[in-house]
Amino acid sequence: MGVEVYSSLSYFTLASSCRLCKTTFTICPHTNTSMATSSSGYSRMFCKLRKYANKSQSLYHIDSFNLVIRRIWTSGSKTQLQPKVHTKSLPQMVGVVGLEVHAQIQSTSKLFSGSHVRFLAPPNSLVSHFDASLPGTLPVLNRRCVEAAVLTGLALNCTINRKSLFDRKHYFYADMPAGYQITQQRVPIAVNGMLVYSHFEGRRRNQVVTKSVKIKQIQLEQDSGKSLHDDEQSQTLIDLNRAGVGLMELVMEPEMCCGEEAAAAVRELQLILQALGTCQANMAEGQLRVDANVSVHRPGEPLGVRTEVKNINSVRHLAKAIDYEIQRQMEVLQSAGKVLNETRAFDSKSGNTIPMRDKEGLQDYRFMPEPNLPPLFVYKSEASVPAGVDPAQVVVIDRLSAQLPELPSVKRTRLVETYGILQEHSFTLVNEDGLMDYFENVVQTTKAEPRKVIGWVIKELMGNLNSQNLKVSQSPISPCALAELINLAESGHISSSTAKQVFQEMWKAPEKTVGQIVKEQDLWMINDKEELQKICRRIVDSHPEEVQIIRRGNKKVLNKLMGEVQRETKGRTDPVQVRAILEKMVS
Amino acid sequence: MSAPSAAFRPAAAMLSLSIREVSQALRDGRVSATELCRKCIDQIQRTHYLNAFITITGETAMEQAQRADNRIRTGKPLGPLDGIPFSVKDNFCTENIKTTCASKMLKGYVPPFSATVVQKLLDQGAVLVGKTNLDEFAMGAGSTDGVFGPIRNPWSYTTLYREQSTEDPDSDWAISGGSSGGSAAAVAALSSFLALGSDTGGSTRNPGSLCGVVALKPTYGLLSRHGLIPLVNSMDVPGIMTRSVHDAATVLRILQGRDERDSTTVQAPSTPPSLPEHFDIRDICVGIPKEYHAPGLSTDTLAQWSRVAAMFEQAGARVQEVSLPHTQHSIVCYHVLCCCEVASNMARFDGLEYGHRSTIDSSTDAMYATTRHEGFNNVVRRRILSGNYFLLKSNYERYFVKAQQMRRLITEDLKNVFRSGIDVLLTPTTLSDAARYTDFIQEDNRTRSAQEDVFTQPVNMAGLPAVTVPTALSRRGLPISLQLIGQTLQDWKLLTVAHWMEQQVNFPMIHLHGDSDERKLDRLVRERTHTIGS
Repeated sequence: MGVEVYSSLSYFTLASSCRLCKTTFTICPHTNTSMATSSSGYSRMFCKLRKYANKSQSLYHIDSFNLVIRRIWTSGSKTQLQPKVHTKSLPQMVGVVGLEVHAQIQSTSKLFSGSHVRFLAPPNSLVSHFDASLPGTLPVLNRRCVEAAVLTGLALNCTINRKSLFDRKHYFYADMPAGYQITQQRVPIAVNGMLVYSHFEGRRRNQVVTKSVKIKQIQLEQDSGKSLHDDEQSQTLIDLNRAGVGLMELVMEPEMCCGEEAAAAVRELQLILQALGTCQANMAEGQLRVDANVSVHRPGEPLGVRTEVKNINSVRHLAKAIDYEIQRQMEVLQSAGKVLNETRAFDSKSGNTIPMRDKEGLQDYRFMPEPNLPPLFVYKSEASVPAGVDPAQVVVIDRLSAQLPELPSVKRTRLVETYGILQEHSFTLVNEDGLMDYFENVVQTTKAEPRKVIGWVIKELMGNLNSQNLKVSQSPISPCALAELINLAESGHISSSTAKQVFQEMWKAPEKTVGQIVKEQDLWMINDKEELQKICRRIVDSHPEEVQIIRRGNKKVLNKLMGEVQRETKGRTDPVQVRAILEKMVS
Repeated sequence: MSAPSAAFRPAAAMLSLSIREVSQALRDGRVSATELCRKCIDQIQRTHYLNAFITITGETAMEQAQRADNRIRTGKPLGPLDGIPFSVKDNFCTENIKTTCASKMLKGYVPPFSATVVQKLLDQGAVLVGKTNLDEFAMGAGSTDGVFGPIRNPWSYTTLYREQSTEDPDSDWAISGGSSGGSAAAVAALSSFLALGSDTGGSTRNPGSLCGVVALKPTYGLLSRHGLIPLVNSMDVPGIMTRSVHDAATVLRILQGRDERDSTTVQAPSTPPSLPEHFDIRDICVGIPKEYHAPGLSTDTLAQWSRVAAMFEQAGARVQEVSLPHTQHSIVCYHVLCCCEVASNMARFDGLEYGHRSTIDSSTDAMYATTRHEGFNNVVRRRILSGNYFLLKSNYERYFVKAQQMRRLITEDLKNVFRSGIDVLLTPTTLSDAARYTDFIQEDNRTRSAQEDVFTQPVNMAGLPAVTVPTALSRRGLPISLQLIGQTLQDWKLLTVAHWMEQQVNFPMIHLHGDSDERKLDRLVRERTHTIGS
């Protein structure tokens, strides 16, 4: 029989050396000193560069480094980082960044076959005849994937092409079993969209700046399998579980200027995709893969030669990789070098980008129309579905528009307008999965002002969650319990400082009610006038010196006595009442 | 391989019946499915020198036949094909049965699933007796370029041919035509009542014509391609080969229709249970495309063309000369498009998941290169190379796009003709009768394909249905056939006209050199003619 039947739980093996493994690491002398440790965001990058400049003074002329730093600044957000002094008449160089995003479509089966889609399944356990490219198999388009692309296109303000086409893109690679990828090169499903995103500026990074980037197109295409290179045994193992999973490739125009902008855009895109349910958008799991096209030029001049930076597996690394690459290119140009049109890989350990060995030089993908798939038609409304076609079997734009959920930007505006919270807080609420619901739940079950609730949610709740690396859904304190706690504080049954203490107790003992904890630890507010009088009297009597000073007119010292009362009562007193009593006693 | 003196014996009487006749015989109990199956397998063995089969599935066939007998005995046959032996070109996937495409690349490959058309036949109770030989990956027009060697035309073993030949039967024989030569030979040599071929540029009609059997290329999309190992996806269709038009119609009715595994399939138009017995040919307008008077058209073939056109006219049909001005460019464009899709379709054969793998494994690229070099023959490699050249970014507009534009014009030509009131076109299927093998291989595959496909491939470019029907024997004693071309999805009407034509021409039953009981054979021929004519 001789047939090589692929079995589940096994890899296709292929004894050979891998192209990627032959990568030679070329390290530029400018780059091996810094930028290695983790940093995110733009301001920190600035600090790093300062250190870099200082360290290198002995080696390089200081002016050139100042220049580098300044140029990097201009590539960032202009309002804050614009240099005040212009030393040269030439306009400053700026970075130009475009992104290509591959978003794995969240669906139960693959783009053209019935195989299931699952992360971390045993190797080659999710492979249909078509996925393994058995001869005679044909692609059958998965409607769910088309709907996901249309939904995403609508959310990103794209024009949905009523008719789109599939093409074959040819290249030999072990994890691309058919020898070509089915994609949409000529007429993609969605075009001309726009992604609106925001990031923070200002000294305290609380100034929201809103920007937008054009989406050139969204195309449907197949994912490849995975190759594992075993250098020791000089063999390559192939897992085809991922082969044929549906991808949306989103191409963003080169309209961003730095890592932070790109990171903010991708973060917003993640939120949108997650809200739509069209992609889980986890970069670490590869559901969202971002390649950055980076170049530098002087504004007004043609765009510079670009490099493509790959192998980026978090939003944080994206910012870092881009900023590194912009700086590298500026340095190359400045030292009269040439930027090569090449693919570079981001190395998260060093924070550098390193050239990847090109896939056998110039690739000619020999595109041709996919003959086994008729044009993909989507219809505006049920009424526009032609006779003889079952409307339930086709993709109808109006039906999908009606399904669009509340998008993150709309959520944030609504939160600010409904609850009067700060814009920056609206970002936190939307960014954290489940936090907005949590917040709204608390608000609905408490009499406290939303502005007070937000403090609890962002400071106490998120503080605890972050320090223990928990998700909102894993919080030991339910929205109801938090609301109860806030209510006790609001009604004056416990003081606000006690409430914070109780919060920590509740975190540790989620099985206890707020009331139980307060009672057990005797934290109820002392509202009995006589008892308060007694306590105050004791404090006044034991601090004769302070009383003297107050009586001489230094009212500030009264605060010290109040502090003593608080200490004595473990914060169980109302400061207003205590102050009134103390004032009377010392007057 | 030597041809035995008495190849086809009248013992094969049952084998020369049509599907309709033998189906009736099965129901009447005159023969059992197992008997019939045994006879077919014996006939395959007896005619093994034709080299028509790559794999004979005797054991499973007998099991299938046994099940058919059980059904027939209890009066519950599955349909007109229950118990009928058939064979399949070896480029259709058959579950648990080797599928080689006559290539070293797939030698020993066993698919885990069956092609939709094969499955449909099996589901009807038909009995698969074997997988038939072809040109490697169906690239060819002679069935001379497969890894299992050339196929011999059964008609070159008839008394008429042998009596004219002064040479040994092992050196003087005619090609079967290709690329579905094995399927055509199997039906012609009475070892199957039905065979599946594939037709990309004429690969079913060409050997059908040269072997004197009815060969139908249905409308593109009417039959599922799922499980057919592709040559040119945009032109491939499964082809049907039988010994009568009526049988072809029966099979078409079973195979046609939408398949969710093939997105290019269409809903079949509703068709009556069988072809009309009474049909007024006077309602039909037959077009004779003048461009088909091509250089190299043999006098015998031209004579048949004229004779049949006259038959139509005399019977009261309107016969009219028409023009298809772009036809002359069709073969060149066909070759460009064919090579492009071949280059793409063959990319999957890298030795990784299945099929031949070279032992050279110094690098992935080296493994790919040697695997493909060892696995494919020259013809396949050349088409891949040309196709990749045409698809290069810098060449794409000049070749692929131009060829596609021309394809549209060719399609338009045909549409215009039908729009003008023509019902069917009558053309030769091939330039002449089958060439002697030794003559045929004087030219390379590329040249022969260009010559042989000249009348057949425009139909594939346009996706139209066409059927070839044998009309007479040439002076050499080899079949000459004519092609009828119909409108998209008018396959039934096409077959109706073909049926009428078949009734008029009286094509003889094959009669092999050395067959002893001539009277019995003669009677058989008369019987069959009578049945068809009734």
